[in-house]
Amino acid sequence: MNLQHIITELEKVDPEVYDRLDSRRGAMQRFAFAGKVLAAAAVPFALGSMFNKAYGRNTATILEVLNYALTLEYLEAEFYTKVVATTGVIPAGAALGAFTVIRDHENAHVTFLKAAITGSGGTPVAKPTFDFSGGSYVGGPGTGNGPFKDVFVNYDLMLAVAQTFEDTGVRAYKGAAGDLISNNDVLTAALQIHSVEARHASHIRQMRKARGGSLVVGDVKPWITLNQSNIASAAVQPTYNGEEVTNQAGVEIVNINGKVISPAAASEAFDEPLTMPQVLAIVDGFIV
Amino acid sequence: MDPQSAVEKNGNEVPVLDQKMHRRKFLMFSGVTASAAAISIVGCKKKDKNDDGVNLGSGDIGVLNYAYALEQLEAAFYTQVMASPYAGITASESAYLTDIRDHEIAHREFFKNALGSNKIQDLEVNFSSIDFTKRDSVLNTAKAFEDLGVAAYNGAGKLITNPAYLLLAGKIVSVEARHAALIRDILSNGSFADLTSLAPLGSNNTNGLDGALMPKDVLAIAGTYIKTKVNANNLPTS
Repeated sequence: MNLQHIITELEKVDPEVYDRLDSRRGAMQRFAFAGKVLAAAAVPFALGSMFNKAYGRNTATILEVLNYALTLEYLEAEFYTKVVATTGVIPAGAALGAFTVIRDHENAHVTFLKAAITGSGGTPVAKPTFDFSGGSYVGGPGTGNGPFKDVFVNYDLMLAVAQTFEDTGVRAYKGAAGDLISNNDVLTAALQIHSVEARHASHIRQMRKARGGSLVVGDVKPWITLNQSNIASAAVQPTYNGEEVTNQAGVEIVNINGKVISPAAASEAFDEPLTMPQVLAIVDGFIV
Repeated sequence: MDPQSAVEKNGNEVPVLDQKMHRRKFLMFSGVTASAAAISIVGCKKKDKNDDGVNLGSGDIGVLNYAYALEQLEAAFYTQVMASPYAGITASESAYLTDIRDHEIAHREFFKNALGSNKIQDLEVNFSSIDFTKRDSVLNTAKAFEDLGVAAYNGAGKLITNPAYLLLAGKIVSVEARHAALIRDILSNGSFADLTSLAPLGSNNTNGLDGALMPKDVLAIAGTYIKTKVNANNLPTS
């Protein structure tokens, strides 16, 4: 985990990141403190909270959101391109077919978002260099030696990372929708991408359930139950924290109006958003 | 129908991307205004008459009532599905459909409570075209409802003005999309995001975009299953 790195990524989509934080040095000091007291897996979430404070209620501009979305789509597109290019890892047939469908969608999203940014008079951010081992979490950026280093040779891990990327993507678009409310066309397109990511997540989760395997924990459903990742890795937990809420806009969903709705079902029925800083803190582990 | 507020919304600090769209949109909008206003007046006159149907209302409340109407439909459907499961239902299918039923009931009851005194009445459904004893009939109807629900929320997002309501719609639509993908995969594995097949609902496979439909188009399709007449004439259109 490299704070400078995260801020650099943030700066690409938000040039005023330093103004929002009290100062670069202040941010580094706070991070150093956080790093001492928190387990590595909890750091992204703590960072997200820190940035949330820094951002307060400021909203991102349309172009910032589009470039943020593009960064996420670059990540997914390159990931699935590498996934589909592996040999001897993915069972031929349905599994390879599903990954191919998803890869094509993510590439289409990249092309579409670039065009939308250019058409808005903006400049698409450059594609980052990715280390899908999560080397920027632990092990060193670009070393390929992170917690997911076998992602392209271990099929269970490949599916687990895919699930995490899709579920993160769903939460990211959801969290950004409000910043697009002033532009009907961009908002609608973002919503149309958002639900495609949710369809992907549903399918990857079904693949994991059908396969089982050592990384599967509990019952993997197409939807997210409480804050369960159903993945035997603490590193993915920030993608699921906060999904456990059962109260929506002041309305408690559990056993609402006398209907039998369990806490699990109440949490599943509503997917929760993540803020841009929370998402970038997660994604940064894969960016060199 | 509230053309004035829609104009204000469109004219309000329009970001760069929207500027080139602006003139065309405005022209389209002015073309729409005359006929829409006429409909609106008729709607108002007939407002209290029974043959005008259940009025969803206007503004954000209208959009939320629209979502409430669709959730009533879905919840009623899955309640019936699990009250009389089709022949040969597997344990896995039963578990999934029970979960989905609970999600849809949660959505329906959420809107009911959130809308409070602004909520529309309970709708009467018409499931005469569905054979609840047959797997194909039930699952294909479920697929149609879920895909339509996704397109409905995607299309309605831009009609909402309050970001908090937009977020709530976003929290629900991705769950509907998870349902849609599952039902599609149960029927035909791998069809979870067949965007080409969703073209009638407004998808765009080239750009990787899911369906998005305006309320009048959604209600034209859903109307087959809703006995109570639903009046969406006062909903925002942009």
